[in-house]
Amino acid sequence: MVTRTYDPHRKWEPRIPTPGEGGKTSAMIASLAAEGYDAVPAPFGHALVAQARSDARIVGLTADLAKYTDLHIFAEAFPERFYQMGMAEQVMISAAAGMAREGFIPFATTYAVFASRRAYDFIAMAIAEENLPVKIVCALPGLTTGYGPSHQATEDFAIFRGLPNLTIVDPCDAIDVAQAVPALVAHDGPVYMRLLRGKVPSVIHKHCPDYQFELGKAKLLRDGKDVLVIASGFMTMRALDAAVEAEKDGISIAVLHCPTIKPLDTDTILAQAGQPGRLVVTAENHTRIGGLGEAVASTLLTNGVTPKFRMIGLPDQFLDAGALPTLHDRYGISTTAILSQIRGWL
Amino acid sequence: MSGISASQLPNMSLPRRAWEIRRKAVRMGQVQGQGYVGQALGVADVLAVSYFHALNYRADDPEWAGRDRFLLSIGHYAIALYSALIEAGILPDQELETYGADDSRLPMSGMAAYTPGMEITGGSLGQGLGIGVGMALALRAKNNPAFVFNLMSDGELGEGSTWEAAMSAAHHKLSNLICIVDFNDQQADGKSTQTLSAEPLADKWAAFGWHTQRVDGNDIDALVAAFDTARNLPDPKPRVIICDTLMCKGIPFLEAREMAHFVRVEPDEWQKALDVLDETRPA
Repeated sequence: MVTRTYDPHRKWEPRIPTPGEGGKTSAMIASLAAEGYDAVPAPFGHALVAQARSDARIVGLTADLAKYTDLHIFAEAFPERFYQMGMAEQVMISAAAGMAREGFIPFATTYAVFASRRAYDFIAMAIAEENLPVKIVCALPGLTTGYGPSHQATEDFAIFRGLPNLTIVDPCDAIDVAQAVPALVAHDGPVYMRLLRGKVPSVIHKHCPDYQFELGKAKLLRDGKDVLVIASGFMTMRALDAAVEAEKDGISIAVLHCPTIKPLDTDTILAQAGQPGRLVVTAENHTRIGGLGEAVASTLLTNGVTPKFRMIGLPDQFLDAGALPTLHDRYGISTTAILSQIRGWL
Repeated sequence: MSGISASQLPNMSLPRRAWEIRRKAVRMGQVQGQGYVGQALGVADVLAVSYFHALNYRADDPEWAGRDRFLLSIGHYAIALYSALIEAGILPDQELETYGADDSRLPMSGMAAYTPGMEITGGSLGQGLGIGVGMALALRAKNNPAFVFNLMSDGELGEGSTWEAAMSAAHHKLSNLICIVDFNDQQADGKSTQTLSAEPLADKWAAFGWHTQRVDGNDIDALVAAFDTARNLPDPKPRVIICDTLMCKGIPFLEAREMAHFVRVEPDEWQKALDVLDETRPA
């Protein structure tokens, strides 16, 4: 790893990465690799189309990223209800607010970095403060691209958690994404949802066939006596994979999937974390600052529940560019890295 | 490739420089099997005129205080700028094949802390021109006669920040700021003119108080004249050169392909593209 900070007086040295070190950067549009799982194409786009067939209030807006947020599926099905706003995230958000005021339920899509960083004030004032039912659905959450900090939304929870009224969702897989769409429509208020797009793995039903997404609810996908992992997003997949792997070594890991980051399902978290004798670990595809881990820590501490507690997440730094498998290992969010961290804490 | 660097051949023609930039971009695309090679081929003539006619810089001292600043607002065009920087002798040719590799100095999106000659971290589109305003204000405050060039795309014209910066530059009479708009009429979701039309574009820039030129961005003579005009103009106003370019320019079988943000290049076509270029090498 090369530590990089901007220094206008630095000395530049040629750099040829050694073959063992170098790898291929994943394309920005690459789907998340998920070995051993079936993939579902564009679950968000298809779920939105299904919902829109029976609900004329639903409209779609994008900021030049329909193809990259699976909203093109909706655009093809309902061209008259699709609004291409161009590379202009701020007016997309303001316009979504305007349409919501007139009775529509807008789904507005872009990348997570652009919604959270560029459009924040517009989301805060035009949407959240008015509690309008705009659903902001954003691809490339956390570390899901090797393009570097311009496209890595590693602090979107931290940015949005402070915003009153806004519900925050971090789905794990294709099932979560598809089942979240009707739940978002049914919820009469603003939502920010992280999106997995393209070919999205179907994970949870393989481990827990009865699982059903519920907005605001954490679900225990797997029980275990040594460790409780509280995870969101694709880190739930990683936690499940780690649990299966750890079982071979006699380590028993429970996985609590917490796809709604805000409002947090504190009852379930307290009930699970309050069971004695387990190491409690949070796992999130987000900086360890201001995300799921700190939300859970705050919940536990203010309620007097104090198990041995650790957090898995991205470090407080701008991350490298590179291939996703390399970066997930480097920053501790691959299955292997999760396992080695948990083993070290036990 | 090894031996003498092209930058050590001062008498090379601008069309040849553009050709060299194109060839390097295709080689980088070949390394990764992907990349924004369509954009790179389209903007190669603009970069050739920038780095071998218009810009003042020292290849062995990329942070020389007197250099003209060249800002790549469009971070994904890094493949094109790396090619120009290698051609200019600012980056060694040996690093070309590390494009996009882990821990390379040539990441797929351009970043200031990674690469000599990469003045800013672009890629979050719509930021370069505003940074250019600040650099132009600072250079003027320091009595530094250098120019600031900002290379942006037509897609970035959609961002409100672009027009905030445009208004600011004119208000502050930044005659040391030259904005280059690569107008290839292509952005992520389709043709720019059908995604969010910025036309009438030249009239817009003029109305914002800019000296405005619109040229064929693949016509090197026209580019040379436009860059000369932009630098030498006495008017106390910022200058914009809108360059209409053709994606994939120089490789006919790619030019003819249905255009997309990522132009499709099959695995066996990288070499074919190099072969096509090799048959059309200018003197």
